[in-house]
Amino acid sequence: MSFPWANHYEPKHPLMQWVDQRLPLPRLVYNAVGAGYPVPRNINYWYNFGVLAGVALMIQILTGVVLAMHYSAHVTTAFDSVEHIMRNVNSGWLIRYMHANGASFFFIVVYVHIFRGLYYGSYKAPREVVWMLGVVIFLLMMATAFMGYVLPWGQMSFWGAQVITSLFSAIPLVGEAVRTWLVGGFAPDNATLTRFFSLHYLLPFVILGVVILKIWALHIPGSTNPTGVDVKGPQDTLPFHPYFTAKDFVGICVYLMIFAAFVFFMPNSLGHPDNYIPANPLSTPAHIVPEWYFWPFYAILRAFTVNFLWIPAKLWGVIAMFAAIILLFFLPWLDSSRVKSTSYRPMYRIWFWVLVVDVLILAWMGGAPAEEPYVRISQIASAYYFAHFLIVLPLLSWFEKPLPLPNSIAESVLAKSGHRDDSTAPAAGAGHAGAAAAPAE
Amino acid sequence: MVRFLGFGAGLIFVIALLVGALMPREAAVEDPIKKIHLYPEAARWQQDGPLGMGVFGTYDRAQLQRGFQVYKEVCSACHGLERIAFRNLGALGFSEAEVKALAKAREVPSLDPQTGEPSTRPALPSDHWPSPYPNEVAARAANNNALPPDLSLIIKARPDGKRYVHSLLTGYDKPVPQGFEITEGLHFNPYFHSVAIAMARPLNDEQVTYADGTKATVDQMSMDVTAFLHWASEPELERRRQIGVATLIFLGILTVLAWLTYRKVWAGVAH
Ligand code: HEC
Ligand code: HEM
Repeated sequence: MSFPWANHYEPKHPLMQWVDQRLPLPRLVYNAVGAGYPVPRNINYWYNFGVLAGVALMIQILTGVVLAMHYSAHVTTAFDSVEHIMRNVNSGWLIRYMHANGASFFFIVVYVHIFRGLYYGSYKAPREVVWMLGVVIFLLMMATAFMGYVLPWGQMSFWGAQVITSLFSAIPLVGEAVRTWLVGGFAPDNATLTRFFSLHYLLPFVILGVVILKIWALHIPGSTNPTGVDVKGPQDTLPFHPYFTAKDFVGICVYLMIFAAFVFFMPNSLGHPDNYIPANPLSTPAHIVPEWYFWPFYAILRAFTVNFLWIPAKLWGVIAMFAAIILLFFLPWLDSSRVKSTSYRPMYRIWFWVLVVDVLILAWMGGAPAEEPYVRISQIASAYYFAHFLIVLPLLSWFEKPLPLPNSIAESVLAKSGHRDDSTAPAAGAGHAGAAAAPAE
Repeated sequence: MVRFLGFGAGLIFVIALLVGALMPREAAVEDPIKKIHLYPEAARWQQDGPLGMGVFGTYDRAQLQRGFQVYKEVCSACHGLERIAFRNLGALGFSEAEVKALAKAREVPSLDPQTGEPSTRPALPSDHWPSPYPNEVAARAANNNALPPDLSLIIKARPDGKRYVHSLLTGYDKPVPQGFEITEGLHFNPYFHSVAIAMARPLNDEQVTYADGTKATVDQMSMDVTAFLHWASEPELERRRQIGVATLIFLGILTVLAWLTYRKVWAGVAH
């Protein structure tokens, strides 16, 4: 799109020419995910996770639409209708297990995708808007998954909804009123279930819309790459098709294999057994825990145990939990280092991995009961989480002396592979005739 | 500016958290029950498959039928199985005639066709297993105010479900620890979350007489009824695994082909 050397769409078949002149949809596809979109040639498998997130979203929408044909959004029938899907609907168990595990896999993929972005500085100029749209998607996903988990109306559905919606009552003065308005009553009930179903159906399509915006924004500067050096010319890129369609397809196959292993052989391993008990407002489960993908944030929520600066502990927890995600919006301005790729940032590289471990610890603490030593560990881990983004990262940009960067992507690629590149073969298209960069040795 | 504000906010969060972390804790009250409570014991069923990996395992039909017998003759006095219709029992290897006979032997609520008054009629294969009590109040009244849960999903509704139910049913012989008081009407069972359960020991040796001559020890009956309840929770299990193996083989081949394609497309391209 914004690369002058990108291949141009030239339909050969008369039918395609006819279509292209009237509705240039083939052209759009060609330029977005076809041969017309140049991609840095050196991106690695971590760059596969964006496409995988798209696959995961499509799986959720397709299975979700089928589930909605058989699901009944009423407190007296919701649980039974899910069991009806599991037992009586043809392949209903498959659709439901794909949807339930698909949500978990969606989050796994998106978490990897976010950390990929953190490592390779994907949030830095000129990709700030791409990054921020990504954070919007993440927030929408969390809302969607939370409401979806309420739909089967099991014990964890009900009590999870109870706990999470009661967070809003921590807001001073209006909290209780806001909560009652959101829930449609004083406790989760039929009004809650029906509105959650409506929104659970709606939000994935909003996500889809934001995804389209995000890809649009991405295609202006194009992807980052493991060197963090900007694309300088045709020798640095390869057309998306066939190179990255072929590469991403391998990733999709591997992803589907792991997904299938869960769906077919351990479909309930990521869920909570209590959700196979119908919701009972009179019986509180021993440990109320959200789904695993919320655990890091749930740990932050529960880490605040003292009233501080006249703000009650509960409100601190709520503020911090939201702040933990909202701060990601500001990341492009918190990190002022010009070097994008962490591979060339010797100090940040260490802190990056500390953050990864820290978030894993938070996840573990979020799933653990609220008792010692878990609470204290989650307090320290939460403190690091905020310190990482708000204190360490801004300071590091001043102190750190980055490693020397390669002059260009092509140079670094040829240095690595140590042989001459012959991608000027006809398959790569005329636009790549310039790939004759200096050989490494 | 962003960095400045962020730094301030970060500092406040960190201080609030560290103050919390440094606060002395009240010494945790030792929960005596936690020390007595036991995790389910290891046990293995045919459907767990080789190595217990559950990839190829199938239900043992004879065991399912024995387990159904235990459920029918013992547990069904107190526990419902509302998600199972009589017709589903065909999956245990019963013939159509046997299913009809099993259904006919049970009464289900109905309306008298002449008067419209509530009454009962013999069940049909399409009917679901009738609940032993007309409602929750009646169930509690008959069980010391405890509610015997419906067992259709019990294996999925407890962590490590099969082993848990098996341990629970065979866990009544453990000696009550010294100094531990059991409330009147409850029974000591260290596998139950509160270690005192309202269900009296349901199984005793030779309680049922198996048609296939299997010796009806408590352990045997417990293994059998657990297998049956597993089937009730996951009737799709065998089909799911079959399709799973086929899917993985398909995806495996597809992955190899995708990999070869990728290698071909990228041949000679430095990256
Ligand atoms: C005399 C009535 C009675 C019979 C017979 C009976 N149960 Fe129970 N069962 C109960 C009651 C009452 C409870 C509830 C216990 C409680 O909540 O303390 C219960 C609870 C259970 C539980 C749930 C424990 C938990 O984790 O909540 C299981 C599993 C169970 N029974 C299995 C069986 C099986 C299998 C049989 C047949 C071998 C059986 N029961 C026979 C009365 C009975
Ligand atoms: C962003 C995409 C989506 C996510 C992350 C998501 C997540 C979830 C989750 C976690 C559940 C609970 C599953 C369970 O434990 O049973 C659920 C249930 C459900 N979802 Fe979705 N979902 C998505 C999209 C959709 C769409 C597009 C639809 C409808 C068109 C849909 C319809 C349903 C229905 C009917 C249920 C209840 C049945 C059930 O619980 O299995 N979902 N969803």
